[in-house]
Amino acid sequence: MATHIVEKKTYYTVFAALMVFLAATIGIAYIHLGKLNVVAALAIAFVKAWLIILYFMHVRYSSRLLWIFVGAGFFWLAILFALSFADFLTRL
Amino acid sequence: MSDPSTALAHQFDDIEQQHESASLGMWIFLATEIMFFGALFLGYSVYRSAYSPAYSEASRHLDVVLGGINTAVLLCSSLTMALAVHAAQLGGRRTVVMFLLATIILGSTFLGIKGLEYYHKYEEHLIPGAHFEFPGPNGPRAQIFFSFYFVMTAMHALHMVVGVGIMLVMILLTIRRRFSASYYFPIEMAGLYWHFVDIVWVFLFPLLYLVDRS
Repeated sequence: MATHIVEKKTYYTVFAALMVFLAATIGIAYIHLGKLNVVAALAIAFVKAWLIILYFMHVRYSSRLLWIFVGAGFFWLAILFALSFADFLTRL
Repeated sequence: MSDPSTALAHQFDDIEQQHESASLGMWIFLATEIMFFGALFLGYSVYRSAYSPAYSEASRHLDVVLGGINTAVLLCSSLTMALAVHAAQLGGRRTVVMFLLATIILGSTFLGIKGLEYYHKYEEHLIPGAHFEFPGPNGPRAQIFFSFYFVMTAMHALHMVVGVGIMLVMILLTIRRRFSASYYFPIEMAGLYWHFVDIVWVFLFPLLYLVDRS
């Protein structure tokens, strides 16, 4: 819902941030962090996705109702992962 | 159709409600897409935690340079897509077509590089099936990794192809003056789809290419 027209400058800033995060993802992958490598990679991916959703997809400027719809998809995904891993990780 | 009074469909109170309705509908569709790809990511994750060493070894056979370039290409395409929607909000036809074209070119570049990667895998005998070859004890488990790699990236590529098709339609409609500053919603909804496909790749790249590079 963008009756609010986002400035082009915002898009460029977000894009620059995304590219920086991409470089960080690749760079960190080559540093040995053990278990933290996947955590770092996923964390950066989440931040990038969040930036794209908020700004490129205009969610930041949208109604609460839209936020709920956006959240619903990811909420269901969380259920999928939570219950599946609750089973899988607790198998002997 | 560029006249605001004809853009409003009769079942809506006003154009804002129509716009929000379109966005809500698109996000419901994206929720189904989240679950669709989510299932693939879940399967990948279960096997990754079970076969960690094999995944590490198999992942190193993927080309980080090409994968990284592809990620950058898709991020650029998201920028051009956002700028296309921006131009549509301001009612500019030429700029919209220009940015949509840029988005298509970048998306096609992504697909071309993906095809090149697939070809390399074919040459290296890393396509799961009768001709799969992976020396060492991790062979069978590596094949599972590559199965996920091909299915997930192929599904993603298929979505990209559909996206490119949708953008072509948007270009056609824009040229035919179907949009205006008060009615540009199809372009914005197409943009939502495109950004979503980009987000899927943002997760695919580190999970497939960067498993254990240190």
